[in-house]
Formats: sequence, C-alpha cells, structure tokens
Amino acid sequence: MNKLRTGAFHTGMILLSLLWLGPVIWVVVMSTRSFDDIAAHGVGSLPRSFTLDTYRQAWTDGGELRALINSMLVTVPSVALSLGLAAMAAFALSRFRIPGRRTILLLMLAGNLLPPQILLIPVAKFSELTGLYDTLWALIAVQVGFGLGFYTFVLHGFMRDLPGEIQEAATIDGAGTAQIFTRVMLPLTRPALAALGALSFTWIFNDLLWAITVLRTDDNMPVTPALLGLQGQFVSSWNVIAAGTVIAAVPTVAVFLRFQRHFVSGLALGAVK
Amino acid sequence: MTATISTTPVTPTRRRRRSARLSPLLVAFVLVPFAVESVWVFWPAIQGFWFSLTRWDGMSPPTFVGVDNYVEMAGDATFRGALLNTVIWLVLFGGLSVLGGFGMALILQRERRGVGFYRAALFTPVVFSLVVTALVWRVFYQPDGIADTLLRAIGLEQLIRPWLADPQTALYAVILPALWRQIGYVMVLFLAGLKAIDPALHEAARMDGANSWQRLRHVTIPQLRGVNAVVLSVIVIDSLRSFDIVWSLTKGGPYHSSELLSTYMYSTAFQGLRLGYASAIAVVIFVLALAVILGYLVRAFREEA
Repeated sequence: MNKLRTGAFHTGMILLSLLWLGPVIWVVVMSTRSFDDIAAHGVGSLPRSFTLDTYRQAWTDGGELRALINSMLVTVPSVALSLGLAAMAAFALSRFRIPGRRTILLLMLAGNLLPPQILLIPVAKFSELTGLYDTLWALIAVQVGFGLGFYTFVLHGFMRDLPGEIQEAATIDGAGTAQIFTRVMLPLTRPALAALGALSFTWIFNDLLWAITVLRTDDNMPVTPALLGLQGQFVSSWNVIAAGTVIAAVPTVAVFLRFQRHFVSGLALGAVK
Repeated sequence: MTATISTTPVTPTRRRRRSARLSPLLVAFVLVPFAVESVWVFWPAIQGFWFSLTRWDGMSPPTFVGVDNYVEMAGDATFRGALLNTVIWLVLFGGLSVLGGFGMALILQRERRGVGFYRAALFTPVVFSLVVTALVWRVFYQPDGIADTLLRAIGLEQLIRPWLADPQTALYAVILPALWRQIGYVMVLFLAGLKAIDPALHEAARMDGANSWQRLRHVTIPQLRGVNAVVLSVIVIDSLRSFDIVWSLTKGGPYHSSELLSTYMYSTAFQGLRLGYASAIAVVIFVLALAVILGYLVRAFREEA
C-alpha cells in the first residue's frame, strides 16, 4: 500500500514536472533547429537539424545584444538605488523616534500597492516635461520610485527586529548616525538585502509595462519589450524567436541559480511576517 | 492573530532611544526616499484622478468635463466586456493559482526523495518574464504546434482551432500560461507558511484521532491565516495588474475577446490617445483594488503597532 502510494506520488509529480519543464525544453530545442526544418515539419515536430546560427541572428540582427545592454543599464542602477534609498528610510524609521514614522512607512507601502495603470499617463507626461522621455533615466527613476515603498517596508520589518544593544554599544563607542548605518546596520541587514536584491533584479529585468510607457525608440528598449519587437521582425522564423527567448531568460535564471536561497526566502519574506 | 501574539512580548523589552532632536542626516534619510516616491508615485497618482475628469488628447491642454468619462463608460460595450473579462480573470487566474499553489505545497511539503526537484520544476517559470512565458506558450498554441500535435495524437483533431485567434478561446488560452507561471510562486508562499506551523499541533491532533482531512481543516488552514491574507492580497493585486501576458499574446484581441481593464486602459491611452478616458478606466482599476489594498495596509498597521 505504502509502496503503491509512493509510486503514484512520483508518477504524478514526474508528469506534472514534465508539464512545467516541457514547454521550456521545447523552446530550447527549437532554438537550435534550422528554418527549413521548421518550415517543413512544423513547430510541433521533433528536431531533424541542428544550428546555432539562430543565436547569432537574434544576437546581432535582432538587436538582442543592444537590448541586453539596455536592460543591464537600467536594472543594475535601479536595484542599487532603490535598495540604498529604502535602507536609509528603513533605518531612520525603524531605529529612531521620528514623528509620524508609522504613517510615512504605510504611505510609502501604499504607493507600491497602487495599480500602475493610474500612474502610467502622468508618469509618461512628467517624463516628457522633464525631457527624460525615451531615455533610460526615466525608466530607472520610475522603477526606483515605484519599488521603494515595498523595499522600505520589508527592510523596516527586518531592522526593527535587530537588537537595540548593538546600536547602543556603537553609540557609546562614539559612532555617529552615518557610521552606525554603514558599519553596523547595513552588514546586519545583508540577508534581507540579498533577498530583495535578487527579487528586484528579476522584477525590473522582466518589466514590460513601464518600459513601453516611458520609452519609444527600439534602440532604447530593454530585452523584455525588445523580445516583442523581435517577434514582429522575425515573424515566421520560430527558431530565431526561440533563440531570442532563451537569451532573454538567461540573466534571470542565472541570478536565480546564484541566489536561489535568497530568492525563495525573499518571496517568503512578505508571507510569513 | 498568531502574528500579533508573537510580536507583542518583544516590545516592552526593546528599549527605544528618545533622541531629543533629529539630526539633519536622519531627516534626509527619510525625506530623500519619500521625495523620490512622491515625484514618481504620489503626485502622478493624484494627477491620474484629476485627468479622469478631463478630455485630453495629449497635445492640447486637458479640458475639464466632470464625470463625462464615467458616464461614457457605462455605455461602452468594450469597457463592460473588459470588466467582465477582468472578473473572469480574477476568479480563474486568482482562484486556480491559489488552489493549485496550495495543493502543490501540501503535496510537496514533506521532505522526501525527489521533492527538491519537483519544487524546482514548478518554480522555474516564476523567474521568466511574462513576455518569455508568452513566447514559450505561443509555440504551444501555434497552428501545428504542440497543442495541435498532442490533440492529433490522441485522436481529438476536431477540437483543433486557432487558440489565440478564436474569440471563444483567446481569454482562456491566455489564462493558462499565466497560471503556469503563478502556481509555483503561490506554492513557495504556502510552503514557507506550512514550514512555520508547529509540528506539535499536528501531533496533538493526531493523538486526538483527527484524520488527515480534519487536520487540514482544523489545524493547517487556521494556522495559515496570516499567509492566506497575504496570498489573497497578492493575487487580487496581481490579477488586476495583469497586463504583460495578455499584451504579449493577443493585445486584448481578437475583437476585444481577451481584453482586460489594464490592456484596454493602455491601448486607449497610448494608441487611441484618449488620455482622459483612459485615466477614468485606471481609476476603476484602482477602486477595484482599493478594498484589498486597505486590508493589506490595516494588517501592516497592526503589525507595526
């Protein structure tokens, strides 16, 4: 009976895993098929050819290289800036009796919970007004502004629970506020920063809506919106589109594999609190 | 409830320093981030409400028209279709991802051989962008793609249709990939919650002769109350925000059959250049999300107290 249940469990789960991984594997395999093969046998058939030229096409002709650079130019500063600013706010709000601190914190969190749709038109207009429209600066700014509330809230919860004695000891040793922040609090907050860093990297890297709201020129598009453009450019070249898809997915998969534990604990941070 | 109980005893022992005056540095620590968020979130949000009361093409200055946009909305069949689709989306995408995620978390909560792999498999799509997800599934739905090949293999070729181009199936063909990506995410949230449950509770219930269904009903689910609240808020907010997957697969078409409020708002604003009307649609999305947002904030407020 027990053996039967174990067998059923594994059979079911292997089928389910296949359902989850199958489409991904299919796309990876398809990215190495030749155009003629797909034209002759369809995207649903098994591969009868092998080529890596699709990656060259997506990389150079499709502009994925340019798009990946844009993505990095947006994602890395956005993550660093939003976590830095959020850590500052969280530190001040959690460790000092700042008047109205709870209201400020919740207001900041509320900003992050807003549906972005209400912000799209004003943000697009505001970036036109400031001359930032269609530049990566606009995208960085809005990513930082919109993400801040949530990061501050999570870091606040984390810093609040650190023992007060550490801060007192540092104060007695003559450390100023800035030193307590950089030398004591930030190192202690590292697990939460790593978790939020891994999460926000994928969020910002994967974003479509903000990018197509504040950017217009193809050359400025990060890889996620560029992938939609690639689809228009290589309409029936499914192998090239598949290669482009793989390229666009690699960075977030890499970050996930490298920071796996942080990533999952980051997702859970909000839930168990 | 459990969360509040566990945090209260900590507060009296924690010594809060009463600093007589705030250093300028601390003021800057709060004000700079707050100012950034004000410029890019709070102020635009206020403007958004104002724009919803105007007629505006983006070039000439907006003209105030009162509630005309909302009146127009009431008679707009596309809007009503998008609203209905958003509700369907909320129920199917939200409901099934919670059920699926919770179910998978229950099945995979116990550490045993292979569980790590299964969890990883279900979680993999979470790291992909929705655009990547959309392209992966496009291959699936393509004429002569995987879906058609599979149906043919089991002799159901009469079911074959242009999945994304058929108004009858487009919406559901978009929900499926969204679920595929969301279930692993919800599963992780519930796994974290299940892990936090004291095993002694289950042990005690077992001693009292509770079967596994009773333990699920009277131990696990009540113990997960905190997680449930978070998951529900996340799901509702995510559902109302859903845009990327629809935009990448169908752009709301064909004939608005997979149109959600979010995609209708976007195309009205940036393709139709009817910024006032689009803002009014955005306000409707906000109102739909409001109850959940407030619930989330009240919870957060209690925790901070």
